[in-house]
Amino acid sequence: MHIVVCIKQVPDTKNVRIDPDTHTLVRQGVESIVNPFDLFAVEAALKLKDVNEAKITVITMGPPQASEALRDVMSRGVDEAILLSDRAFAGSDTWATSTTLAAAVRKMGDVDLILCGKQAIDGDTAQVGPEMATLLDIPYATFVKAIDIPDTNHLKVSRQTDEGTEVWKIPKPCLLTVIKEVGEPRLPSLRHKMRAKKAQIPSWGIAELGLEPEEVGLSGSFTQVVRVFSPPVRDDRVIIEGTVAEQAEQLYNLLKEAKVPGI
Amino acid sequence: MKAIVDHQKCTACGVCVDVCPFEAITLQETILEISDECTLCGMCVDTCEFGALSMPEVGSGPDVDLSAHRGIWVFAEWREGTVHKVSHELISAGRKLADKKGTDLSAVLLGHNLDPDLFQELIAHGADVVYAVDHPELAHFRDETYSQALAELARRKKPEILLAGATSMGRSFVPRVAALLRTGLTADCTELDMSDEGLLLQTRPAFGGNVMATIVCPHRRPQMATVRPKVMKTEKVPGHEGRVETVDLPESTFQSRVEVLEVLLETDQTAKLTEADVIVSGGRGLRKGENFTLIEEVAKLFKGAVGASRGAVEEGWMPPSHQVGQTGRTVAPNLYVAVGLAGAIQHVVGMQGSKIIVAVNKDPQAPIFDIATYGVVADLFEFVPALVKKIKQEQGLA
Ligand SMILES: Cc1cc2nc3c(=O)[nH]c(=O)nc-3n(C[C@H](O)[C@H](O)[C@H](O)COP(=O)(O)OP(=O)(O)OC[C@H]3O[C@@H](n4cnc5c(N)ncnc54)[C@H](O)[C@@H]3O)c2cc1C
Ligand SMILES: Cc1cc2nc3c(=O)[nH]c(=O)nc-3n(C[C@H](O)[C@H](O)[C@H](O)COP(=O)(O)OP(=O)(O)OC[C@H]3O[C@@H](n4cnc5c(N)ncnc54)[C@H](O)[C@@H]3O)c2cc1C
Repeated sequence: MHIVVCIKQVPDTKNVRIDPDTHTLVRQGVESIVNPFDLFAVEAALKLKDVNEAKITVITMGPPQASEALRDVMSRGVDEAILLSDRAFAGSDTWATSTTLAAAVRKMGDVDLILCGKQAIDGDTAQVGPEMATLLDIPYATFVKAIDIPDTNHLKVSRQTDEGTEVWKIPKPCLLTVIKEVGEPRLPSLRHKMRAKKAQIPSWGIAELGLEPEEVGLSGSFTQVVRVFSPPVRDDRVIIEGTVAEQAEQLYNLLKEAKVPGI
Repeated sequence: MKAIVDHQKCTACGVCVDVCPFEAITLQETILEISDECTLCGMCVDTCEFGALSMPEVGSGPDVDLSAHRGIWVFAEWREGTVHKVSHELISAGRKLADKKGTDLSAVLLGHNLDPDLFQELIAHGADVVYAVDHPELAHFRDETYSQALAELARRKKPEILLAGATSMGRSFVPRVAALLRTGLTADCTELDMSDEGLLLQTRPAFGGNVMATIVCPHRRPQMATVRPKVMKTEKVPGHEGRVETVDLPESTFQSRVEVLEVLLETDQTAKLTEADVIVSGGRGLRKGENFTLIEEVAKLFKGAVGASRGAVEEGWMPPSHQVGQTGRTVAPNLYVAVGLAGAIQHVVGMQGSKIIVAVNKDPQAPIFDIATYGVVADLFEFVPALVKKIKQEQGLA
């Protein structure tokens, strides 16, 4: 079985903040990390490989430094990595991103399963997995929390919905987007770290992928970001003081004033 | 391609230099330069108070006859015989957009054995037309059947705008609809407006809620967006009239490679976090699992649900289905009460859309106070019983 895992390098959002004076985004000193959901996707692939004959290839579309993210997951046991990098990819929306990733999967040819994270913590759209599966004309399941292999041609997956759990049988090749319940990411091992450090990571651009410049990046995008701004600061903040009885009374009155249900 | 500088307007103030996450902007003496590191993220554009920075435009692609598309559509999410609240919220929001634009508003209902009362409810909220597709293969949700049916309808009727709830269903199958129709999709919007040129202005949080972005889809139709539940207000339109059109689609529309083996609804009502009007969450500050009875008691008084931080879930005090945050559920109730939890960014991104946030923490420096509407600095083991007592008194229970 050939499993492809799609990962994205993202800024560590816990260090992203808005400067209270200038109201601008401060990302100085913010580290790049592998999107946390993609580490779950990597773990899901490794778990399948633990008990099945499988090869795992990880791909990312990003600037040259995104190869660091590829080495990170190689050090956890992924077999191969490919970087998709080209100036022409800049400004991709989810459609253009999916077009690029789908082209890479087509070029590899023999893919049985594609794993993505539920969503990337920067763009936050959760659209790339479904759009890429549609472009490849393969079935998909989102928000997957458990994967089983009932027979050689199918996967049995449990997916988490707002209402509960659904169990689906889905034929290969297919694409799954996963959530944290698939398993806590394993740590890098010394052996794999050495291998990752030495690995030659091929880089594919539009020429290798057989894509035209108009199909990718901003030119190939359908949506356009027209404005990026800081969320309005809440100026209705109140700190309630006094003894606990006074605090309880004050809070009760404020909530009553705000017509909170149940009060 | 990279961000465009209007050197006439640029004052070389340097604000954008510090803002660029990719260190792509530099000041060479007094000339602003943008390097190949630029990823067109757009962060710099809004920070320039002189309007000197802009983004290049998306490609227009092959000609699409934009004028052939008319009307606003709302996907009405049907599950287990009822229509999701967010769909009524979107009909109400769609009504305003339709009136502003002088066009029709339609609702699309997909399912099986659809109850005609549901059609009337959609009309009462402002829909002019309800398109209904009733088929046994739509009894259970699957991405393929639902997206094929919605895309086929859209191909036939050509709406200019298509909105759906950003629920687990909407966020799963609507990207496939957009891809089948070869159009753009904006995720998880919290604000919609119409530009003077008639483009849908779709505003959404990104970077875990740290920034807001306004997005348009200039050259493709329909303009599509998923919209976060509970941000738009429902409003019935008194005396509004509309018609129902039942549509038959070819059998091929209902084919799917996926087989649904089981649908297990969460019976534990308290776990229905995303629907709750009030959520009371506890964190590691509760010290042990038994103490969650305190949280449960408050939740019960508010007729709300119980949430938890990952800290509390990791301790085994609450099952993971109660976790709020980046790796748990995203919620936006009317009232969110955070008790004995620090307010780590990964928690905050999952609840900062709540209307009123109450924080109870003994540490005045706890980050949860940065986003709290009402902050209570107190020991939870003293404050929570006092609050319970007060509410019970008022409700005549004590
Ligand atoms: C502020 C802002 C708002 C945006 N809003 C929208 C929008 O509403 N609609 C839209 O179409 N575009 C939007 N974009 C563009 C979008 O962020 C990019 O297209 C991005 O490349 C992919 O989207 P995402 O980060 O949301 O990924 P998601 O769709 O959330 O990612 C899901 C999974 O897809 C895989 N994946 C995603 N990106 C890559 C990659 N580069 N390489 C390999 N695997 C990947 C990963 O497995 C990931 O877990 C926005 C960009 C910004 C800066
Ligand atoms: C990739 C990733 C994803 C994550 N996803 C999530 C997520 O989805 N959701 C989530 O919640 N976290 C998530 N986390 C974890 C997050 O970073 C925090 O570790 C976690 O939220 C901490 O839980 P806590 O606030 O309960 O515990 P703590 O940080 O231990 O905070 C306990 C708080 O209780 C207060 N307290 C203690 N005693 C009392 C008392 N007697 N009275 C009043 N207050 C008291 C303390 O002052 C403190 O502020 C994630 C982390 C990572 C790395």
